Amino acid sequence: MLLEVRDLYVEFRTRDGVAKAVNGVTYSVDAGETLAVLGESGSGKSVTAQAVMGILDTPPGRITGGEVLFRGRDLLKLKEDARRAVRGAEMAMIFQDALSSLNPVLTVGDQLGEMFVVHRGMSRKDARAKAVELMDRVRIPAARERVGQYPHQFSGGMRQRIMIAMAMALEPALIIADEPTTALDVTVQAQVMELLAELRRELGMGLILITHDLGVVADVADRIAVMYAGRIVETAPVHDIYKAPAHPYTQGLLDSIPRLDHKGRELYAIKGLPPNLTAIPPGCPFHPRCPRARDVCRIDVPPLYRVSEERRSACHFWEETVDASSA
Amino acid sequence: MPEPDPYENPKEAVAPTGAGGAMDLAMSEAETLERGGTGRPRSLWSDAWHQLRRNPVFLVSALLIVFLVLIAIWPQILTGADPLRCDLSKSQQGSAPGHPFGYDTQGCDVYTRTVHGARASITVGVCATLGAALLGSLLGGLAGFFGGWWDALLSRIADVFFGIPVVLGGLVFLSVVTSSTVWPVVGFIVLLGWPQIARIARGSVITAKQHDYVQAARALGAGSGRMLLRHVGPNAVAPVIVVATIALGTYIALEATLSFLGVGLRPPTVSWGIDISNAAPQIRNAPHMLLWPAGALSVTVLAFIMLGDAVRDALDPKLR
Amino acid sequence: MGRYVIRRLLQMIPVFIGSTFLIFFMVYALGDPVAALFGDKAPDPATVARIRADLHLDQPLWKQYLLYMGAIFQGDFGTAFNGQPVTELMASAFPVTLRLTVVAIVIEIVIGITLGVVSGLKRGRPLDTGLLVLTLVVISVPTFVSGYLLQFLLGVKWGWVRPSVSSDARLDELILPGVVLALVSLAYVTRLSRTSIAENVRADYVRTAVAKGLPRRRVVTRHLLRNSLIPVVTFIGADIGALMGGAIVTERIFNIHGVGYQLYQGILRNNAPTVVGFVTILVIVFLVANLLVDLLYAVLDPRIRYA
Repeated sequence: MLLEVRDLYVEFRTRDGVAKAVNGVTYSVDAGETLAVLGESGSGKSVTAQAVMGILDTPPGRITGGEVLFRGRDLLKLKEDARRAVRGAEMAMIFQDALSSLNPVLTVGDQLGEMFVVHRGMSRKDARAKAVELMDRVRIPAARERVGQYPHQFSGGMRQRIMIAMAMALEPALIIADEPTTALDVTVQAQVMELLAELRRELGMGLILITHDLGVVADVADRIAVMYAGRIVETAPVHDIYKAPAHPYTQGLLDSIPRLDHKGRELYAIKGLPPNLTAIPPGCPFHPRCPRARDVCRIDVPPLYRVSEERRSACHFWEETVDASSA
Repeated sequence: MPEPDPYENPKEAVAPTGAGGAMDLAMSEAETLERGGTGRPRSLWSDAWHQLRRNPVFLVSALLIVFLVLIAIWPQILTGADPLRCDLSKSQQGSAPGHPFGYDTQGCDVYTRTVHGARASITVGVCATLGAALLGSLLGGLAGFFGGWWDALLSRIADVFFGIPVVLGGLVFLSVVTSSTVWPVVGFIVLLGWPQIARIARGSVITAKQHDYVQAARALGAGSGRMLLRHVGPNAVAPVIVVATIALGTYIALEATLSFLGVGLRPPTVSWGIDISNAAPQIRNAPHMLLWPAGALSVTVLAFIMLGDAVRDALDPKLR
Repeated sequence: MGRYVIRRLLQMIPVFIGSTFLIFFMVYALGDPVAALFGDKAPDPATVARIRADLHLDQPLWKQYLLYMGAIFQGDFGTAFNGQPVTELMASAFPVTLRLTVVAIVIEIVIGITLGVVSGLKRGRPLDTGLLVLTLVVISVPTFVSGYLLQFLLGVKWGWVRPSVSSDARLDELILPGVVLALVSLAYVTRLSRTSIAENVRADYVRTAVAKGLPRRRVVTRHLLRNSLIPVVTFIGADIGALMGGAIVTERIFNIHGVGYQLYQGILRNNAPTVVGFVTILVIVFLVANLLVDLLYAVLDPRIRYA
């Protein structure tokens, strides 16, 4: 396994108490594999990714338990210097909003070249040549002329390409893309997603794609992990999930996608609100919103039941759910 | 704009997250955490008040200011003596029973003069701040709201006043407009102080004007006057209050500086600035003459600046 | 960039005219420059009339202003109370105040930004809280109080420095007055850079820099500092003018014969040419400093340069 997150716990200290953002998350990504992590705001999907990258704001955040095994080494036990050498070079991250994520006062060439200067000890001149190469690779037109320009002079799609180029620069083994297309125009989203998938294939990297867009997921992901209230509630190969979800929350997510063949019908919405992370309900955290909830759900936290070899669900009634959705 | 999120969180859809759509998910997650998820949204003011009540800096400075205002109005609370009754034979003597701070060069009681000095400072500070805040927020607010040539003209005029160093301007102005009352000093501070407030008011009106609900009110045909009073005004007031509170402290310091240079308040007005100016040359022989009024002045300025700072922290949670 | 500079230069013109006219108006219209020449003696009306005609005081105010400005641009600043040309006073006074201001600005930049950066990076820790309280105290103590206190403690009581400055006003003598002059601004610079750093530390681009695996030192100096210092630079630029004007208090305490001293004498003796001349130069210094800051701002922030 390239990356294994095991039983990870993250807390945030806030004015209103301790918010339990991540509560025992376990997932893994293999080389060449794309794992999509799905969930709404506050589900802990970004926080998990930041903990993996080692860029969590501490304080207020704090990792209270678990392991992050990357090529067999537990990153959480590494010294900061060793950790830093991994960041950017072996695993890289792409953020949602490229305009605010790129430094406004440095040229894109400087920001791309910096990867080579810092990690590879290259001269500034060589690094600049590398930067042009990278910009060509992510298909930014007139790379040689534009390498000296600043982020605000590029369009949204081009800026996200620069973010991608920066992440690809040292050909890392793992890329974490946190909502990479959410901030873009719909027309540009597909192009950027395509570019990302293509580069991943060429370089044989592992990719963690954090998103809430189920449409994107179907095209590029191999496996899906669905998160709710800081837990994984279902993990499965992508086609299994679309065929028959094994968790009522996944079911709700799928049902709330607008579909052309269901035109005229009222759009489904999961009732209720996501839980307050300072006071997560006892038992199954989804029970207050769950149409299948029974007494046991209010008391017992469901473990990740084994649905099939590659599939797990944290629902006491997963069989019922699968049956109902495949019927 | 991205497609509407199929399972958008209704709470987030109502509560503006500040930086708008530019916020990435990790941040909005952190924000959700910070707001504690389902906490009842409080209004800016009640939230600020809640915050302030528990802030020791605010409590200390507010108490101090109440005390200072009280002795400015009734100095008799602390002393029954007349600050202008002096006895030359006691010139520069140290503390004596009933006269804990000693005597100044003219043989006046330093304690009594220090207590009575509060009135001049507080009067100048409060009047100048009120004047500058009213004039500044009126002009700045109108400039921000209407924009165009009116805004351009006002900004240039404000620049002119910014271009004059304050102490220099004070020396020139107050050496030709002389009077034994506080009004020339107040007038001068208002004259040079309003552009600062105007700039803040203009900026916050422009920001408030861009809020969605103001745009909506405009689209629904609300008239200019109504918009200013109902929607833009209340939102623009907070920054002005903060800046005005801090300015009050600096105005008191400015009055003392001008009095120290001999152009501010003039005797027989009792002023800390005048007393410090008289005491300064004697610092080697009688440091007590300088320390008490200087200490009173510094504490007063500090109280107002601390108050403003605490209020700003409460109104602007992102700086916390 | 060129258009930006030209626009800024054009905007300076009305401000220059406005500020100098305001001062001119106060001195020549509100005051009585001729009466001052005679002190307490009752002047002979014929002499007064002749002097008024010589000084163009019989003309309307706007014309007086134009004549005065015309003369200034030919290098004629008029005569000071002691019969010396005002330009001679300036030649002796400005270098002194300039040195004092430079000392103050350097102290303000070096100490203020260092403290602000340290405080901003350690936000919420005891060091940060302590520094914040300290800056408030420093801001609250007026310059003339802190000046006398430091002069008394360091110069008289402990004898570390000479309490007053000789007529050469050498750099080493100007360190204490420079500190006094800089003190309040120093506190503002500390607070401003602290806030700016604390805000930018959470910025997305800083997180990106960390995610790139850059060493902490590089994240701070190359990514964080440059963005955070933009507002600080603006403050310092605007402060140059304020410091030169504020030097009047410091110069009085330490008996430095600079601009503040000459101006003070001019005002005391109601000598119009000295006052208006010195203030005009100060306004120019202030405007030029602001222009330089705007240019520096554009250098630091490409979003403005290419706007």
